[in-house]
Amino acid sequence: MSLFTIERKVLGKNDAIAANIREGLKDKNIFSFNILSSPGSGKTSLVEKTIEYLKDRIKIAVIEGDVQTDLDAQRINMLEVPVTQIVTNGGCHLEAGLVRDALNNLNLNGIQLLIIENVGNLVCPAGYDLGEDTKVVVLSTTEGDDKPLKYPAMFRNASVLIINKIDLLPYVNCSVEQIKINALSVNPQLRIFETSCITGAGIGDWCKWIESNIKSK
Amino acid sequence: MHELSLAYEINDIIDQYVKAEQKKFIKSVRVRIGKLQSILPDSLIFCFEAINSSGNSIGPKLEIEPVPITVECNKCRSVNEIEGFAFSCINCGGTDIKVITGNELSVIEIELFEEENKEA
Repeated sequence: MSLFTIERKVLGKNDAIAANIREGLKDKNIFSFNILSSPGSGKTSLVEKTIEYLKDRIKIAVIEGDVQTDLDAQRINMLEVPVTQIVTNGGCHLEAGLVRDALNNLNLNGIQLLIIENVGNLVCPAGYDLGEDTKVVVLSTTEGDDKPLKYPAMFRNASVLIINKIDLLPYVNCSVEQIKINALSVNPQLRIFETSCITGAGIGDWCKWIESNIKSK
Repeated sequence: MHELSLAYEINDIIDQYVKAEQKKFIKSVRVRIGKLQSILPDSLIFCFEAINSSGNSIGPKLEIEPVPITVECNKCRSVNEIEGFAFSCINCGGTDIKVITGNELSVIEIELFEEENKEA
């Protein structure tokens, strides 16, 4: 009988790849964020609006994560920025190895901002470091204000919360103030933005935050 | 269902020890999991057993050591375990707190045995 008492991180392999990605992006002065949410909260629409707002000033590349299709990459491709699609074939989250492979398909010369759109899921992607600078969680008003309490790991690991679809507030039973109270109880350091991809509300503030991070990179 | 991915990662770690020891079989594996990882212990055990069992043979046993969330308040310096996920100091109510435990996700013990003893 052999008993080994050890201390090996279960996600050590993922974290090592993520550290390499982070180092590579730092060398190229690229600011990156990993955008996460449940399915249908408007991640891809937010990415589109972000690109439209910034692309005259900032060089952007995008990695799209999807369970089954390349529909999101097709949308981003219409905006004429470099994009590559990861299809996980049922996998519920992106892992650093997938992002490393995707980066090999992207020309990062001159790129200042890398957006990684994760698979729509508020549980599984929370624990996977992809080498990004920060995690941005999106919560739409149609999902209800209790989600930060139901999915605390995601809201805990993010540094930014975007409350999206605020144009729908008159029609849904959701309080932005309650979202903020719940989210800040889980993560008091969260930076919060309110946006609508239909009216364009809040997109400017969100993009200014991105630009300030690019400048300080 | 990231528990399945985690089960494969645990297997990769075990395999390194099995290969290094040669002709050994796995009896049990112990993992330490912090509450902040949002991992369902039953799902992880189910996935681990599913990928390690073949035919009628029973695979290795996965034991889980759960770790609660404890935080240190940067204002009053008290250290407390928190219930749920409300990240404020239960002593003074401050929100400037540091997580001490709860993020753990490690394999901490692997027990192997010799091939000839497998049926014992």
